[in-house]
Amino acid sequence: MNDNLILLPIILQLALALVLLFFWSRTKWQRIGSIVGNAAFLLVSIVLFIKVQKEGILYTQAGNWDAPYGITFVADLFSASMLVITALSGLAVSIFAAGSMSRRRSLFVFFPIYHFLLMGISGSFVAGDLFNLYVWFELIIVASFGLITLGGGRRQLEGALKYVTLNLIASILFLTGIAFLYGLTGTLNMAHIAQKIPQIENEGLITVTALMFFIGLGIKTAVFPMYFWLPASYHTPLSAISAIFGGLLTKVGVYALFRVFSLFFLPDSFTATVITAVAALTLIMGAMGALIQKDVRKLFSWLIVCHIGFMIAGLGIYSSVALAGAIFYLFHDIIVKTNLFMISGLVHKLTGTFKLKKLGGLYTQYPKITFLIAIPLFSLVGIPPLSGFWPKLLLIQGGLEVQEYLIIGAIVLGSFVTLATIAKFWLEVIWKEYPGSDYPKHFIPFSELNWTQKAYYTLPIAILALVSLYFAFGVEFVVNIVNQIAYDLMNPEQYIRVILPDQ
Amino acid sequence: MEVILAIIVGFMYAAGIYLILRRSLVKLIIGLIILGNGVNLLLFLLGGITKGHPPVIGESETFLAGVYADPLPQALILTAIIIIFGLQSFAMIFLQQEYVQGGVEDLDSIKEEEEEK
Repeated sequence: MNDNLILLPIILQLALALVLLFFWSRTKWQRIGSIVGNAAFLLVSIVLFIKVQKEGILYTQAGNWDAPYGITFVADLFSASMLVITALSGLAVSIFAAGSMSRRRSLFVFFPIYHFLLMGISGSFVAGDLFNLYVWFELIIVASFGLITLGGGRRQLEGALKYVTLNLIASILFLTGIAFLYGLTGTLNMAHIAQKIPQIENEGLITVTALMFFIGLGIKTAVFPMYFWLPASYHTPLSAISAIFGGLLTKVGVYALFRVFSLFFLPDSFTATVITAVAALTLIMGAMGALIQKDVRKLFSWLIVCHIGFMIAGLGIYSSVALAGAIFYLFHDIIVKTNLFMISGLVHKLTGTFKLKKLGGLYTQYPKITFLIAIPLFSLVGIPPLSGFWPKLLLIQGGLEVQEYLIIGAIVLGSFVTLATIAKFWLEVIWKEYPGSDYPKHFIPFSELNWTQKAYYTLPIAILALVSLYFAFGVEFVVNIVNQIAYDLMNPEQYIRVILPDQ
Repeated sequence: MEVILAIIVGFMYAAGIYLILRRSLVKLIIGLIILGNGVNLLLFLLGGITKGHPPVIGESETFLAGVYADPLPQALILTAIIIIFGLQSFAMIFLQQEYVQGGVEDLDSIKEEEEEK
């Protein structure tokens, strides 16, 4: 179905970013505009999702030039559900940022850059053209460079240095992969590439190109052994910014990997082995790194790396059950990781520090908040029936079907260490007696805020906790969706036929 | 022509990566610039090189006939140049700030400071 609605989320974010630029110094209007705009974004995404669910894959051709000559935008169920999840965490971060950004910081154009970032993310979910995907990726990294250096303390710049360099190299490698693929197939439209690839005789060259994509996208996704930039930089910016980074940026890479490796680089035994091995090592290394951290945000950063392994493992096993598990995990992970970094921001507001040693006594001082943050933490660990449990169940089931016992071992180890680190977090932050450290200078603690300001901190966490609970108790609906997506990914003929009906 | 370009592209990738692996911030940015130009040249090379047949439709014709150069790589390179140029100018200002604020010139010194904390 040809439908221009696909472009609306992108245009909405573009318009928001531009309009908010005009409210340069009126930060109050920027906050309201961002929250209202992202609520509209959520609404549009849900409408698009329902439409895709009813009518199947939607597409639009830029300038009415038919594929493969024009630039194609495609929204299948995978893209549409990613848009909904993005909108949910985008809205939550908008609210959180509206409360936690001090005036001086918001003057540094946080909201316009943030909406440019969301525009890039939504664009990459609906791109049907490989070069177009590259351009959206560049938009994302330009915006993220702006955000990660925002405010610019010295530690932050040092973290950003690693982030900027590695992401630039990743883009160049990704573009190199695109150049190879264009040389091989003579087209950039993803559906058209999928048609052309089986006709190419030189299979070795395709494997090389596939691995070039895997490295380029893998750096952005933070898989072993290319993840070192992530724990080195994600703990430096403001909490609202690390929330959106931790929740969404690496997951866009995961989305692109799923798209590319299901549509045209169908994993042969060699690439499948590479992907599975990388997934297992990511799980183990991320888990080991998380075990020894002493800073809340560094701990969560290492957990991001660890959990990327779950999704890549699904891609490596490559059966419809495992893919469904990996996609379910992807949805769950975006919501929970965004929430975790907002929780770290809230914990900082409560106590004035990120160091585990100086934290403590949250349970005696703030029992209600403790209850609230228990939901995302337990969801992350995957205590049944919370949302982390179901995708892992599917993944292990998928692994058992094809008898990949090594990767199952890594998955179990990864979730066990996650449990251990969250238990450590719980022990240090919630149960331990408050050591009573001083607040930093010019710090307004949570207890002195009025109730609207308190709501800015707790409401977004509550929203995402509710979404996590929905994943847990509305699991039947979600499993139906992810099974449908996994089926579509395993059978890309439908996708190709919709984009290229004549051939 | 293709062979010469292929050698040049390989050389630019090697030089870029070598410079990125050096410790100095200035060499890092020069390395990124060379690598960025290398990838543009690679796009140009892999698009196929056709000499002397511009993709222009003559006045009396309605479509392109015979041999003509593929215009798409040019469009891609143009886009890529702009994007990479933008990113590099950001990186330059950023690295300059890094030097002004942190006094960092040697990349190894960053790591040492982190270990002290």
